[in-house]
Amino acid sequence: MKHILGQIFHSGKFMVGFCIFAALLLTVLIYPLVIKDPPLGIIAQGTFFPPGVYVSVYDSIGSNAYTLNLTDAAARRIASKLSSDDRTAMLEWLVREGVPAEEIDIADTQSLLSLWEKNYDPTKDVPGLTNAKRNYYIRLNDSLKGLLSAQGLILAAPSGSGGALQQTGVINQTDYVNVSEVPSVRVLPLGTDNFGRDVLTELVKATQVSLQIGFVAGIIATLIGLSLGLLAGYVGGGVDDVIVFFTNLFTVIPSIVLLILISFSIGQDKRGPFTIAVVMGFTSWYWTARAVRAQVISLRNRDHVNLSKLSGHSIPHIILTDILPYIASYVVMALILQISLAILAEASLSILGLGPRTTEVPTLGLMMNWAMIYQAQILGKWWAIFPVVAVIALVAFSMNLMNTGLDHVFNPALRD
Amino acid sequence: MAKVMLETKELTTKYITRFNEGIYAVDRVSLKVEEGKSLGIAGESGCGKSTLALSLMGYYFAPLHYTSGEIIIDGRNISGMKPDDVRKSILGTEISYIPQSAMNALNPTQKIISFIQDVIQAHDPKATKKEIHELAQERFAALGLPVEVLQKYPVELSGGMKQRTVIAISVILKPKVLIADEPSSALDVTSQKMVIKMLRGLMEGGFIKSMIFITHELPLLFNVTDDIMVMYAGQMVEKGTAREAVFDPLHPYARGLMGSIIVPESGLRGHKLTAIAGVPPNLKKPPAGCRFAERCQLVRPECRETSVRMNDVNGTGRAYRCLRTEAQLREAYQNA
Amino acid sequence: MPSEPKPCLSGQGLTKIFGNGRQKCCAVDHVDFCFNEGEVVSIVGESGSGKTTLSKMLLGLINPTEGEIYFQGQKRDISSQKKKQEYWKNIQAIFQDPFSSFNIFNKIDGVLLDCIHMRGGRRLPQAKKVELMTEACAFVNLKFEELTNKYPFELSGGQMQRLMIARIFLLKPKILLADEPTSMIDACSRATILDMLMQLRNEIGMTIIFITHDIGLAYYVSDSVYIMEHGRFVENGSADEVILHAKEPYTKRLISDVPKIHEVWDLTTV
Repeated sequence: MKHILGQIFHSGKFMVGFCIFAALLLTVLIYPLVIKDPPLGIIAQGTFFPPGVYVSVYDSIGSNAYTLNLTDAAARRIASKLSSDDRTAMLEWLVREGVPAEEIDIADTQSLLSLWEKNYDPTKDVPGLTNAKRNYYIRLNDSLKGLLSAQGLILAAPSGSGGALQQTGVINQTDYVNVSEVPSVRVLPLGTDNFGRDVLTELVKATQVSLQIGFVAGIIATLIGLSLGLLAGYVGGGVDDVIVFFTNLFTVIPSIVLLILISFSIGQDKRGPFTIAVVMGFTSWYWTARAVRAQVISLRNRDHVNLSKLSGHSIPHIILTDILPYIASYVVMALILQISLAILAEASLSILGLGPRTTEVPTLGLMMNWAMIYQAQILGKWWAIFPVVAVIALVAFSMNLMNTGLDHVFNPALRD
Repeated sequence: MAKVMLETKELTTKYITRFNEGIYAVDRVSLKVEEGKSLGIAGESGCGKSTLALSLMGYYFAPLHYTSGEIIIDGRNISGMKPDDVRKSILGTEISYIPQSAMNALNPTQKIISFIQDVIQAHDPKATKKEIHELAQERFAALGLPVEVLQKYPVELSGGMKQRTVIAISVILKPKVLIADEPSSALDVTSQKMVIKMLRGLMEGGFIKSMIFITHELPLLFNVTDDIMVMYAGQMVEKGTAREAVFDPLHPYARGLMGSIIVPESGLRGHKLTAIAGVPPNLKKPPAGCRFAERCQLVRPECRETSVRMNDVNGTGRAYRCLRTEAQLREAYQNA
Repeated sequence: MPSEPKPCLSGQGLTKIFGNGRQKCCAVDHVDFCFNEGEVVSIVGESGSGKTTLSKMLLGLINPTEGEIYFQGQKRDISSQKKKQEYWKNIQAIFQDPFSSFNIFNKIDGVLLDCIHMRGGRRLPQAKKVELMTEACAFVNLKFEELTNKYPFELSGGQMQRLMIARIFLLKPKILLADEPTSMIDACSRATILDMLMQLRNEIGMTIIFITHDIGLAYYVSDSVYIMEHGRFVENGSADEVILHAKEPYTKRLISDVPKIHEVWDLTTV
């Protein structure tokens, strides 16, 4: 036993898979202890906020202001307002107004802006200019106001009963706040989804739920398959015929169709994650049962089993001590495979909208479902769909890698 | 003096394990097989006889490595030759080797004739199908095998017929020496006798010039080979004619081995079988002295210390590996 | 030697047919036999002769399709699990491959302890159990203190086969069925195994049934020999009668095909 464990941990494939899986598991367990926000809490008003660090503007203003004189601050400010597309648009306008092209240098912001000021007329009616384009130029012009000035902004608040504005403070262009002094900062490494939820927190919770579903479904499937396989293989005769009949029945009917039908008929309100797990467990046992049965049939005629019978052991004792340990390695591998299949099956169900209820917990499949419905991939909001896909792939990959590694240990004929 | 077909001088080969340990499976074996004669190699499992057979071919592949000694086939020294050269110039034409359960080497999806085609074309790419067919038919007829077998698939043949087919194919290029490793142990007694008859027929028909037969079954060797060599723990311990080796063995191990033969002959029921307690030594760390010392009844202190050489019995070609003289051994056996 | 042979295990018209319809295979075809107490019997047959199936039926591991088996003159009744366990107190087996006879996950002590329990020794104090196991191991030249707590893969083939004999020593059954007990053992150790079995027979009057394909072995150890071919007994009688003075052509051919050392084969004629 000990030397088998030693061999397992020497297998490269198993270790890689195990490390990835352990990392995922640890993240799922530790993250909620650190970040205690509810995963389905809607924190954003608006859809698909991109990933980044979100700092409260109001609190920044109220925080300590530090003066920093950075030489590239002005250039960066201007560059963020005037992208290269904007500059090219301005160039087009100027050329249309008759300014010779060689005189325009779009890299030189100052000259470009002065030319623009001279030549831009929002009221001018340019033939062939679409409405959208005209509005774009107006917006662009507005945003350029005061771009080059070095003046600060004035803060004013309504005072007294009259509601007149009174200056309360000034914000200079050299004022900086230390982000760690700002009380309200939220890091959203994966932004928000269409509902306005933090994708990362939701993802961690979804992984946890999917893993739970996978484990429950996998264990149920393996237990059913193991018991039926043992019974059919060892006892044989009529019992075997009946079990084989049911196994074939379940094999022939595609499990995804069965899952869809059962899921649909249970109805939306009864479909909790645990129920789904149980349903999946009860529809995917056939594969384990068949494999276990084949192994048991070959084992029951072995000498050590016969010797056990001759030594007066009862049938349950023989099954537990003489047959079960010999197929244990196989059953462990089958379990791992069942878990990973269950996770994928749940994802498929949820994408179709037949997974667990959407109001209580997220699952990996549900997150993909929402992303698809709200067209995240079309809108280019990659953070709502790509990480989910990556996690599913990692889970399935790591489990299959562990399985292959174990296969090499338990089946020496496969080693090269 | 008959021509020597195969000769080895102090041949040593070893297995190298994954942890770079050396197991000297064949330790300084010197043997000689003459034209028209057959040599039997006897010994129990683990004594190195199959390794010796592989080494004699000169075809080494990991973890078996050639260490030292000479192998001379019909005057040609092939020791240390590269496996590729051996395959091209020696295998099949000078030496042919039949491994244990060789009948499992037949490709179940091909007819026997296509197997023969592959063998012949590997050595002579220019041979045409027609020539090969004719050769095969002529050879099978000469060896007493039904010609229809050529067009059959291996699954359609019985175990005995498959083994005889493989033997016939292995000598199709008329090698000088045939090495057969347990050619009949997987067969029932009747098929076994047919295989043995065929092997003798090969020698008498001139298809091979000499034969080396390896088995753990001693009565079989006695019926087949002219000379017998007994191996123990990688070393040769006794060499002599078949009659000498079986009825008058000198080495204590050979004596014990011959004493454990069970044959259905009258007089056997009153005979006490000998048993040798203990197990062969671990070849990773072979003992410094005689390898049989632990289990020998006639052991003396010097047996464990000095390495023992083969003792020739006055130029008769007979030899045994022991520190005692022939007279001392015979006296000890008499008194036992 | 007993004055009058008492039948220990006998059978009439014993048959076993596998499969049905076109796939029918008759492994054992209406065999009759009578083994006496204290007798050493060999059932000799080539592979495919049905001797393994017959041995499993004698052991009660397979149910015959037709025919009756009598134990000590009375019809054998193994219809329930309890009756089977009663029967197995009287008949035990040694198998061909010592490595596959052991459960590789359990220590070897368990095998010997099971025997003590089977003979009603479950309540004995631990010291007494160890004493019994040591005695059994000593009978087969093994030291129990060295073997205790070891797993099967730590022992050699010869040691394991001897441990099987130690098991029989503890159980002291009336009948022992030995299925090719020495075919996987070195020639030098064969005599030891056979001697131990003979010693057991002499001490407790056990009937031994050898199942083998080796006629030499059958001749050496047995009192009577049964020759089996294609599910039938073609000849039977005392060892001398069957092997030295065979009557049936199959038996004659079988014996002449075995290599001997005092009569060498004439290989010019088949």
